[in-house]
Amino acid sequence: MISFVLRRALLVIPAFIGVTLLTFALVHLIPGDPVLMLAGERGISVERHAELMTQLGLDQPLWLQYATYLGNAIQGNLGKSIVTHRPVTEEFLTLFPATLELSFCAITFAILLGIPAGVLAAVKRGTILDHGVMVVSLTGYSMPIFWWGLLLIMLVSGILGWTPVSGRMDPTIWMDSVTGFMLIDSLLTKEPGAFSSAIRHLILPSLVVGTIPLAVIARMTRSAMLEVLGEDYVRTARAKGVSPLKVVMVHALRNALIPVITVIGLQTGVLLAGAILTETIFAWPGVGKWLVESIGRRDYPAVQGGILLIATVVILVNLLVDVLYGVVNPRIRYRR
Amino acid sequence: MTDPMSQATDTTSELVLSEEARIALEAESAHLAAPPHPLAEFWKYFSGNKGAVAGLAFIILIALVALLAPWIAPYSPFAQNVPEAKMPPAWVTGGTWSHLLGTDALGRDILTRIMFGARLSLMMGLVVVTISLILGVSLGLLAGFLRGWVDVVIMRLMDVILSVPSLLLAIAIVAILGPGLENAIYAIAVVVLPHYTRLTRAATLTEATKDYVTASRVAGASRFRLMVHVILPNCVAPLIVQATLGFSTAILDAASLGFLGLGAQPPQPEWGTMLSEAREFVLSHWWIVTFPGLAILTTVLAFNLMGDGLRDALDPRMKR
Repeated sequence: MISFVLRRALLVIPAFIGVTLLTFALVHLIPGDPVLMLAGERGISVERHAELMTQLGLDQPLWLQYATYLGNAIQGNLGKSIVTHRPVTEEFLTLFPATLELSFCAITFAILLGIPAGVLAAVKRGTILDHGVMVVSLTGYSMPIFWWGLLLIMLVSGILGWTPVSGRMDPTIWMDSVTGFMLIDSLLTKEPGAFSSAIRHLILPSLVVGTIPLAVIARMTRSAMLEVLGEDYVRTARAKGVSPLKVVMVHALRNALIPVITVIGLQTGVLLAGAILTETIFAWPGVGKWLVESIGRRDYPAVQGGILLIATVVILVNLLVDVLYGVVNPRIRYRR
Repeated sequence: MTDPMSQATDTTSELVLSEEARIALEAESAHLAAPPHPLAEFWKYFSGNKGAVAGLAFIILIALVALLAPWIAPYSPFAQNVPEAKMPPAWVTGGTWSHLLGTDALGRDILTRIMFGARLSLMMGLVVVTISLILGVSLGLLAGFLRGWVDVVIMRLMDVILSVPSLLLAIAIVAILGPGLENAIYAIAVVVLPHYTRLTRAATLTEATKDYVTASRVAGASRFRLMVHVILPNCVAPLIVQATLGFSTAILDAASLGFLGLGAQPPQPEWGTMLSEAREFVLSHWWIVTFPGLAILTTVLAFNLMGDGLRDALDPRMKR
């Protein structure tokens, strides 16, 4: 087991180095002189230019600059934002709970709806219900989620007036940020209506971020269930007289869940990419919106750090999923 | 002693059998007379999938619209007409039949812009798929055929690309190259590259050990000939499926980048860019937001439906 975890963990290193090379290239391949860019339109004297080049280490050979960058990145030092002058890591960590909360609600929604839908479609194979689930999930899979978000705002917020259009909390409610997770903070505070406000703000963005994972999970559950339902042990269970519900829920579903869990784990990247688009639409103050705004402001340290940190989160979660998968399914552990 | 009932059943089954045998014989003689062309056989399986056929029909339609846009579109996609701005679709009160889907904030005809947008989206899809197919197939063939360190280097590089969420990687690449249509195409092509590389490598690994490859090698075929003329034609089926699905990914990613302001730039009538300009009208003028998104959804859906159908029709395991 330990050797499996170590072997898998070692694979993280080339991926991490690859990403740092990419984000390093981000600054060094951009046409133009970074110091002139920092100085902006005011311009800069030749002496000050040379001084800043030395100060930023830009006069050193490229490999040394990369080594310094990598060393700093490993220690969590990703430089300061050009716009806010705050450390990039600090900004990221302040905003990350909002993205995490959104992603968590989205995947919960996707799992709670996707698995039953997939099971139902498989059990009722070939019926209208099955076709309906498949059509809806293929549509969800093909959905441009930024448009889906706008449509939902139009219908649910605009016409029906059920949910707020943007943000995480009603601006009239003031509360301290303890954990950064609105659902928890609103329960800790004594403000009336805070929790329901937090929930109402979460519904649409979670639905939007969860749409593609929902489609993927429903399709995967259906095909895994269809495979398992044809197995001998399911027939045996039926022949023994086990109730149909128990055959499906206990004998079939438990075995069908293994590939489904893998697919759920692989949704981390989809969730974070979805968050980038969704946060922009719903003015959700998370890392996705921050990243897009930083690109617009040409805040390169923030863009560089943001991409590296989001990618690192995805790489680590994928590692965790693989390790958990090895725990659940011993066959994987011993495969070379 | 014979049971009359079972005798009766036996006779029926005999009859059924002979009927089946007759059909089988006929089929065989027909088969001998004219073996079904592979394309005909493929079409038999493909056309059985209604969704896939609908997808194909829609793709043909949208491709025609894209090709003929300059001739069939009622206006120029850039022609502004401020007095007629934000006019609703024809069937809504206040709309006119001269602007079927209404006009946007600058009075540009939305139908026209969607037609020209089809050009951009399909063109981006085509270029992305072509670039990633050529690069991916070459890398996959090299990795699968040469093995050793070439394989390790190529596949680890692909693992790195796969470890970053695709949209994030595309954003990073566009941030390096600068926003714009052309750079968005390069970014998306890099992002989807690993799928083609992995597929080709896997197929090459399977094919390379087969007898016909050994036979060609013994006959003195060069490495290049083995890779391109002997092995590659036998890896084509999964690549066709992936390329079709690749169209949908490319169109969706291009629209996402456009929406974020990193792809095609205004005033280009790219569907995602149109949506990004339409955002502020989401609560006031629904048609400006609805139609470009509908165009993206239906086109992507059509490619996904066709891709699924192709996979089923080309996968020998699906055939009975």
